[in-house]
Amino acid sequence: MITEFRVKISGIIAAFILLVILPPTLPSYWLTILTQILIFGIMAMSLDVLMGYMGRPSFGHAAFFGVSAYVIAILSTRYQVGFLGCVATGFLLATAIAALYGLLVAHAAGVYFLMITLALGMVIWGLAFRWVTMTGGDNGIAGIPRPDLGIPISLEDPIFFYYFVLFVFVIVLFLLYIFIHSPFGQSLIGIRESESRMRILGYNTWLHKYLGYVVAGAFSGISGILWAYYNGFVSPMDAELTASFEVFLMVILGGPGTLIGPALGAAIIIFLKNFISAYTHRWLLIIGAIYILTILYAPGGVMELGIRFAKGGDKE
Amino acid sequence: MKKVFLFCAIVVLAIGIAAMPASSLAKGKGPIKIGFIGPLTGHAAQTGRDMLAGMQLFLIDQDWEVAGRKIKLITEDTEAKPAVALTKVRKLVEKDGVHVLIGGLMASTGYALMPYVDKKKVPAMYVIMASDDLTQRKPGKYMVRTGWSSSQPSHPFGVYAAKELGLRKVVTIGYDYAFGWEVVGGFQRTFEDAGGRIIQKLWTPVGTMDYGPYLGRISKDADAVFALFFGSGALQFVKQYKQYGLKDKMTLLGGGTTTDESVLPSMGDEAIGTITTLHYSGALDTPENKKFAKAFRAYAGKVASYYGEGPYTGGKWIIEAIKAIDGNVEDREKFLKALKTLKLTGAPRGPYELDKFGNPVQNIYIRKVERVGGELQNTVIKTYPKVSQFWTYDVDWYLKQPLYSRDYPPLKK
Repeated sequence: MITEFRVKISGIIAAFILLVILPPTLPSYWLTILTQILIFGIMAMSLDVLMGYMGRPSFGHAAFFGVSAYVIAILSTRYQVGFLGCVATGFLLATAIAALYGLLVAHAAGVYFLMITLALGMVIWGLAFRWVTMTGGDNGIAGIPRPDLGIPISLEDPIFFYYFVLFVFVIVLFLLYIFIHSPFGQSLIGIRESESRMRILGYNTWLHKYLGYVVAGAFSGISGILWAYYNGFVSPMDAELTASFEVFLMVILGGPGTLIGPALGAAIIIFLKNFISAYTHRWLLIIGAIYILTILYAPGGVMELGIRFAKGGDKE
Repeated sequence: MKKVFLFCAIVVLAIGIAAMPASSLAKGKGPIKIGFIGPLTGHAAQTGRDMLAGMQLFLIDQDWEVAGRKIKLITEDTEAKPAVALTKVRKLVEKDGVHVLIGGLMASTGYALMPYVDKKKVPAMYVIMASDDLTQRKPGKYMVRTGWSSSQPSHPFGVYAAKELGLRKVVTIGYDYAFGWEVVGGFQRTFEDAGGRIIQKLWTPVGTMDYGPYLGRISKDADAVFALFFGSGALQFVKQYKQYGLKDKMTLLGGGTTTDESVLPSMGDEAIGTITTLHYSGALDTPENKKFAKAFRAYAGKVASYYGEGPYTGGKWIIEAIKAIDGNVEDREKFLKALKTLKLTGAPRGPYELDKFGNPVQNIYIRKVERVGGELQNTVIKTYPKVSQFWTYDVDWYLKQPLYSRDYPPLKK
């Protein structure tokens, strides 16, 4: 009999080996796609903390992503700030915004949570769009240089940048795993299951939800930093509702509350987006169909399917 | 457990297969690959379709072949968003290994692509993207501009509006990004130098679908309104301009895309009388354009537009350059040089040549929308020949001025 745990662990190890060994043999295009997948994987995992574990689906998660991406863009192109300065400012500002927003959303749940996060996310988009002197408005900011880490390896090279992103991805995965399995993380799951019961048990559920929201925002900020460096270009599109919605769907598709599932969801969506669109201009239709099928037949996402598939061979 | 590894193996295989064509075709003399980008979905889809039709039309004429090599056109949809365009260009360059890029709609896309294109050293034909600064203060090395610069048609139009239309006070309204700022900025500079005054500037987000809130704010003191939109936004604005009762009170002027033939067939009588400016008109009465317009109508089933003419002429430009280097597009420096030094005659839009900054010096047409034979058209009412991107200004002086932006030139108090 194969336990779910063993399936997961062996899957993760296999994926990890693939992600480390395979890339040098890939053409540079697939390397950039893989890099993108990891970046959005981080973002999808951070949203999973809210959606999957805390049970608070958010429509404004791209806001923090956008904030840190814009910080990197502005600081590195206009003020020539170094790598550490950019990253620290980007991360702290994204976290600060999350801390501020958290005050406004932590009490809400369900549709109200969706609506408030949507509105707050739009505020960041609005800033990116209208604060033209700072953000360049709809033009976005181009020409962001790859970071100089002060080591002989140049991140201009796609393969080294890929490994850099992979390194961050693994750290984030590790940290989030610890976070989720800590007593604090478990309390978030408790809140998802029954907030009133948690309150009666003596938990300060507001504070827990608030901190959960801030942590999710901070990790989303990390992915924004990587994105700015990867893409070399940021625009209001990075912070808009569609972006938030896309991560939302990555989580749904991958399987909420599975952490690694949403990263898989990110992989599928980015792959489809880049692959199908080369063959048909109706690619949105195909992605739409996949969502519908997922919701109808695999509400637990790809993760659930995968586990069912792996277990299926060995009749329990 | 086994299944997990089986799954992994399948993934590896899939990636391998997907990645194969790029690496196996890179060597040897395969077809010449042209990467086309344009908005094929979204609010500007109609312009993108015209662009693609123009490009295909020319390549069909060529029988998809030049200098003994096949031509392969690979198209990608940008959704009229700079970030998407960048992603797609990355794919065209790195996966498909295209030899030259063509297309792109937004001026902002033009700016966003430039650092990447220069880094990858792939010649990029700017046939529509009109980002001013790329042939002015921040020249793009691998860009070949056969289209225009955003403010180029606006300069003569400002003079025309002040001197020949006798307008004094004008309100401008346009899309709030590089293209809008540059088109409006160019108009403002020459219009004010010629004695007119811009009394109000309004900006709307790209792709706005309801102009009511903006139309209500237009100052009643104005003699005319200068509007800059494209795609379905242009349709909607011109319609609402009439609905709000402004058409009878103030002349509607505009950048060329506001009444471009990509959307003109979908407009009604509300568009009649609108005066706009561009380096092309579908109704241009020259043998070259008549031939092109006829072929375009036969192929695309609609009237020819500047969005069709740009890629058509740009395609011709590419083909002539490839002929000049005997099909050896792999030698990128030589290819780029051939593209940059080419001289082309017989373009539908009229005579043109590149100035030393790489921007065309070409005719600018002042056009008025009329209904002829049941169909709306941009009748040319005045031609300014050989207009440079700097108009009549001193080049050094011009380049020292800031790039046209949201707040430059400022409103005069």
